[in-house]
Amino acid sequence: MSAGTHSPAPGAAPVGRMIAAQTALETRMLLRNGEQLLLTVIIPSLLLVLFSTVDVVDTGEGKAVDFLAPGVLALAVMSTAFTGQAIATGFERRYGVLKRLGASPLPRWALMTAKTLSVLVTEVLQIALLTGIALALGWSPQGGPLAVLLLLVLGTAAFSGLGLLMAGTLRAEATLAAANLVFLLLLVGGGVIVPLEKFGAAGDVLALLPVSALSDGLRDVLQGGAGMPWADALILAVWAVLGLGAAARFFRWE
Amino acid sequence: MENEPVGTAVRVRGLVKRYGTKTAVDGLDLDVRTGTVTAVLGPNGAGKTTTIETCEGYRRQDAGTVRVLGLDPVADAAALRPRVGVMLQSGGVYSGARADEMLRHMAKLHAHPLDVDALIERLGLGSCGRTAYRRLSGGQQQRLSLAMAVVGRPELVFLDEPTAGLDPQARRATWDLVRELRADGVTVVLTTHFMQEAEELADDVAIVDAGRVAAQGSPEQLCRGGAENTLRFAGRPGLDLGSLLKALPDGTEAAEPLPGSYRITGTVDPQLLATVTSWCAQHGVMPDRISVERHTLEDVFLELTGKELRS
Repeated sequence: MSAGTHSPAPGAAPVGRMIAAQTALETRMLLRNGEQLLLTVIIPSLLLVLFSTVDVVDTGEGKAVDFLAPGVLALAVMSTAFTGQAIATGFERRYGVLKRLGASPLPRWALMTAKTLSVLVTEVLQIALLTGIALALGWSPQGGPLAVLLLLVLGTAAFSGLGLLMAGTLRAEATLAAANLVFLLLLVGGGVIVPLEKFGAAGDVLALLPVSALSDGLRDVLQGGAGMPWADALILAVWAVLGLGAAARFFRWE
Repeated sequence: MENEPVGTAVRVRGLVKRYGTKTAVDGLDLDVRTGTVTAVLGPNGAGKTTTIETCEGYRRQDAGTVRVLGLDPVADAAALRPRVGVMLQSGGVYSGARADEMLRHMAKLHAHPLDVDALIERLGLGSCGRTAYRRLSGGQQQRLSLAMAVVGRPELVFLDEPTAGLDPQARRATWDLVRELRADGVTVVLTTHFMQEAEELADDVAIVDAGRVAAQGSPEQLCRGGAENTLRFAGRPGLDLGSLLKALPDGTEAAEPLPGSYRITGTVDPQLLATVTSWCAQHGVMPDRISVERHTLEDVFLELTGKELRS
């Protein structure tokens, strides 16, 4: 490098370019991580194929895939927005990535925007894949795409808030363990594969969980052909406000 | 810039930072002149990193004022971040990212970044290839972190222990880069506990101990100030040191720690050397292996703090 190479010429890139670059990097990191792919792609796909083809769980009237596909879509949203984001962000915090980016020209709000966009990009890929698999298994979705979209966005917001709250307050190892445990518990008790009616009276409480509201709402539309499931949308909105609010309040960057 | 002396890149006055009951920084003053290299030198736990990270806007002080490029590191963070390069003591990179990928990303966050390929070449990061950050050697991780600090062409860089854990060759490469930065007009603040690093690189050295600056000045100033030098020679055992001392200025000391090995302590200047050699000539002594020992920063540090720098 010749003389004058380092002559100061400071300046931030345009914020749109920064967000685009950050989104691309975050998405690449996510898709490159084997454990994350297991959680976001392989487990939902396997569950969909396994329970649609093997009659282990009583999914009520109609084809099993019509019951399962909405639940697995809800699970996919949870795996990316909550589990994946919590674990990735927890370790970014632990390894000083958030700290270092905090000294870069990228504003914090732009970093969070990029994280959200990266989650949405991943979800689009997941939904495309899972929809393809479900259609191949004979899925016949009902209802309107607008209600589905709104539910997915609200679900993403709710799970992101909870995931970031966990990542920003617990140690990275604790986040890793807790996020996986919550994923597993909600997979079983959140109406994803097992209908909530199987849990008796406890089902009414479980119905208030974000994954239950998302899978139930998606099922109302995609299986039952309902319009907008407002009750489920409201539950998700409350979780989103609480989760994002608590994350904004308690998130520690180091 | 509000009432800043011209040419001051960093000004710290009365900085106090506590963590719980422990006082990490205890009334620290520091001045960094624009365009110079300043080394903050001190043992582990002296408060170096806390001071640097307060200047970087990571921590808010409990007392005192901090001005970086005339601005408040916390309140004016958005304005400062593009202008200041930061090298953390460790970490700061996605564990799954490749070196070139992370560096290209940092470049994209800046308006006029350095040529990334040239910087990779310059710091020998090409050998990292497609290896993920977590599998890079400590030295490679350090050099990447350094590259990330300079890629945005900042006016001021803070380097926290830039050569800790590096082999001598990598250390020299880092020193060369710091010299290039200085030559191109970038202000550099680095922390170190390597004496030689401070002596080689720094225009100014701030010796930090127990959360305060014990002394600040150029390495030459620090080594001159207060520190006495030593003249050693060998000769016939049992010389009459009382007679020698009468010829020497007041305050000079003479000793024979081992038979035939002599040590004169005081202000060792040409006059003193001439006096000693002529005294030897008068007494038929051939002074052998004459050596003058200058006080190093290490001696200065020991005198100021009563501590060895390297623990």
